[in-house]
Amino acid sequence: MIAFAIKRFVQALGVMLVVALISFMMFRFVGDPVNQLVGVDTSPAEREALREALGLNDPVLLQFGRFVVKAAQFDFGISYQFKQPVASLIASRLPATLELSLVSAFFALAVGVPMGVYTGLYRNTWLARGFLAISLVGVSLPTFLIGILLIFVVSVHLGWLPSFGRGQTVSLWGVWSTGLLTKSGLQSLILPAITLGLFQMTLIMRLVRGEMLEVLRTDYIKFARARGLSRRAINFGHALKNTLVPVITITGLQLGSIIAFAIITETVFQWPGMGLLFLQAVQNVDIPIMAAYLLLIAFLFVLINFIVDLLYVAVDPRIRLGGARG
Amino acid sequence: MTEPTLSVRNLRVEIPTRRGVLTAIDDLSFDIAPGEVLGMVGESGAGKSITGSAVIGLLEPPGRIAGGEIRLAGERIDNLAPDRMRRIRGRRIGMIFQDPLTSLNPLYRIGDQLVETILTHQRVTTGEARRKARQLLEEVGIPAAETRLSSYPHQFSGGMRQRVVIALALAADPELVIADEPTTALDVSVQAQIIALLKRLCAERGAAVMLITHDMGVIAETADRVCVLYAGRLAEIGPVRNVVKHPQHPYTIGLMAAIPSLSGDPDEMLAQIPGSMPRLGAIPPGCAFNPRCDYSFSRCRAERPEPYPAGTSHAACFLHAPEALRQAPSDILQAATAAGISLPNTVDGAS
Amino acid sequence: MADTSDMRSKEPGRIARALDSDLWYSFSRSPLAMISTVVVVLFIAAALLAPLIAPHDPFDPANLSILDSFLPPAWLDGGDPRFLLGTDDQGRDVLSTILYGMRISLAVGFASVIFAMVLGITLGLLAGYMGGWVDSVIMRIADVQLTFPAILIALLINGVARAMAGPQSYDKVVFVVLVLSIGLSFWVQYGRTVRGSVLVEANKEYVLAARLIGLKPWTIMVKHVLPNVLGPVLVIATINLALAIITEATLSFLGVGVPPTQPSLGTLIRIGNDFLFSGEWWITIFPGITLAILALSVNLLGDWLRDALNPKLR
Repeated sequence: MIAFAIKRFVQALGVMLVVALISFMMFRFVGDPVNQLVGVDTSPAEREALREALGLNDPVLLQFGRFVVKAAQFDFGISYQFKQPVASLIASRLPATLELSLVSAFFALAVGVPMGVYTGLYRNTWLARGFLAISLVGVSLPTFLIGILLIFVVSVHLGWLPSFGRGQTVSLWGVWSTGLLTKSGLQSLILPAITLGLFQMTLIMRLVRGEMLEVLRTDYIKFARARGLSRRAINFGHALKNTLVPVITITGLQLGSIIAFAIITETVFQWPGMGLLFLQAVQNVDIPIMAAYLLLIAFLFVLINFIVDLLYVAVDPRIRLGGARG
Repeated sequence: MTEPTLSVRNLRVEIPTRRGVLTAIDDLSFDIAPGEVLGMVGESGAGKSITGSAVIGLLEPPGRIAGGEIRLAGERIDNLAPDRMRRIRGRRIGMIFQDPLTSLNPLYRIGDQLVETILTHQRVTTGEARRKARQLLEEVGIPAAETRLSSYPHQFSGGMRQRVVIALALAADPELVIADEPTTALDVSVQAQIIALLKRLCAERGAAVMLITHDMGVIAETADRVCVLYAGRLAEIGPVRNVVKHPQHPYTIGLMAAIPSLSGDPDEMLAQIPGSMPRLGAIPPGCAFNPRCDYSFSRCRAERPEPYPAGTSHAACFLHAPEALRQAPSDILQAATAAGISLPNTVDGAS
Repeated sequence: MADTSDMRSKEPGRIARALDSDLWYSFSRSPLAMISTVVVVLFIAAALLAPLIAPHDPFDPANLSILDSFLPPAWLDGGDPRFLLGTDDQGRDVLSTILYGMRISLAVGFASVIFAMVLGITLGLLAGYMGGWVDSVIMRIADVQLTFPAILIALLINGVARAMAGPQSYDKVVFVVLVLSIGLSFWVQYGRTVRGSVLVEANKEYVLAARLIGLKPWTIMVKHVLPNVLGPVLVIATINLALAIITEATLSFLGVGVPPTQPSLGTLIRIGNDFLFSGEWWITIFPGITLAILALSVNLLGDWLRDALNPKLR
């Protein structure tokens, strides 16, 4: 178990290093960092001095080492467009994105899993076919279009919910601004959360359905039937538990992509999160923010992966206890 | 005469496919007496497992029972409502599947699976169910039963898992146990132990057994009677000694000749039946075996034989029809006699 | 011996025929597949023929009049029969911009899928056939890439390209950048499928036999292994086409895709989005519906194809 955790940790470290290398190369070689920092009227001598001061003349490997050490201390340099430290920019935007992502993930799971179980168990009913049709539409519709349609119907037409921004936020302990504690904050969250979660919800539903069908075909379910266990015990005890093992893995990984997909939702709803920041960085070629965002997303992915692996171990006794045969 | 534990009459199982309806079991009848072990043999695809699934009411859709009757101790069970049939499964009919590695839910402890089964069928407290679970594990020969109750399936070897499966199938003392190839997936060294265990436990409980296997050795040692299936139809049924030593259906004769014997000449070639069993969609008219049969004659290609008395057995072959001596060509009759087929001794309707 | 070689030479033909008939059977039984095929074909035809069938040329300034701007669809109050689906802020006919926009969406979609397919198949063949460190490097890259969503990778590549090209020349290379960034984010699936298949096939007797008679490795791969993966690759390609169209639309919507002077469906939706609140919903909703129907039809087709080629899942 501990060996397993260590192995995973080393792997995670490897992935982080690779991503760091990509970030560093973007930072160092795409455009000239010095050009971005100074005006047009700066003399070549001054540029050279700055170049020396920034360490850009050192061996590349040394520069990379310095980049990694700084990144580990959350020092990603100064944003070209905002002239502010990237770390504080991201820190101020992080709560908005995380709250949106977690609420979306919760919505996707809370709705997707029951729908998947239902369509798996009663796959020939009209309701199940309806769910499946909806899921296909959900997979086919681009996220931004869903957002626009929701705004059009719910905000513009019906006027029920706000269409942009986070509403009123409350600062917790001076570091975290939350929108979950005010009425307008919660109202503002509904449409973006649905928009962001809808795609994942349909994905989870299809995944659960597929796994459920697979599990229902296994020998142990057949044997459970032959033992005369009730439908309830078979479907919701044996089948569901076995279905959820792979679902945990994939939903965990999906949480990572929810955070990345938040870019689109944040744009549609003008949600002041990291995604919007990153998009502005792409449009304005603000490399330090792009590099930092990439590293942050990679870190979140690796972290989630790690947690999912541990969770998986906790659920599946075959991995937890080892044993004679798989 | 006592009521048979299981009585199957004219069973017909159909599988609708997009290329037409296949008849997987066609007009099959047999009985199993209380405490009796009936061996079901035949090649893969002959319909052994489907018969087992039909009896316990677990045919894989779209397969369905299209005709006939199945009675358990006189009570008709093939047309029961799903919920009533469920109460019979596990309680009155236990089933053991081929692969012990996949028959147990990997995420549940052995004890929990046993307790769950016991609680489903018996009105006992959880504590009593647990005690009974431990007792069952001891009975099937699992050492340190108390601690093993909290083990997971993957912590057992294949043979041990099959013992657990047997304990599960017998948990509610069913009067009929269907064992579908219970040892095929196991190492040869543990096969005999498992079969002996199964036979002993069923005998102690007075349970009848339907033993599905293609292993004639297992049948010869374990079964009281044998039922030979060919292409979903009954070929021969009778006491095990007679069927093994004096097979009466040409197919059974071929089957027995194909078994290697330890006492025989090691250089001797194993006999083979030429050709292969027809696919379900391509069963020839008349007797299903006729294209491969050395003794077939015109009637075999035109009509379907019903099981005729053949010595102490019954065989679905026109050589045993009362009018056989009159209808079959004499060279075929001679060859059949030479092969050990006991022809009917009356020349019926010859006058 | 003669017997078995005879069997071999007959085998592919028989399989192909069975596959054909099964595919056709499944197709003729699936109204959804037929409808989506019709829709996809109609859309592609409309896109190809846009200059011929579009009622107006939305990109000819001489044709535009600011007086015609913000006209609602023809059937609404104030609508103009010349503009069936209304006009946008510059007085461009929405129907015509949709037809031209679809052209660009489909072109970028197809080009990206083909690029991803060629790249993925090549890398997959390389990885599978060479093995060793080549395989390790390619598959590690695939692993790392797979942890990130395609849209993020496309955005990053886009940002880098933007930085390297500079803002002035960026508009000129935007199509290439789009195709590259979408294609690069999709190659992994093909690569993995092809590599897996190569590993399976490479050990089969016919490949050994082909090697024994002295065929070059690449010939073996291209002639013998590739045909075996065509089915799965086709399924991935179809589903990817929908994804590529959606990704292009998303990038354009986010403002890092096709410029407004040559709008794709995504750009049209982005432009229209600004007018959603002031009541001119048609500028964004009609391109949106078009995009949705197009993506849905292609997805339906891909879904059906996957089920039809994969009897196990039925």
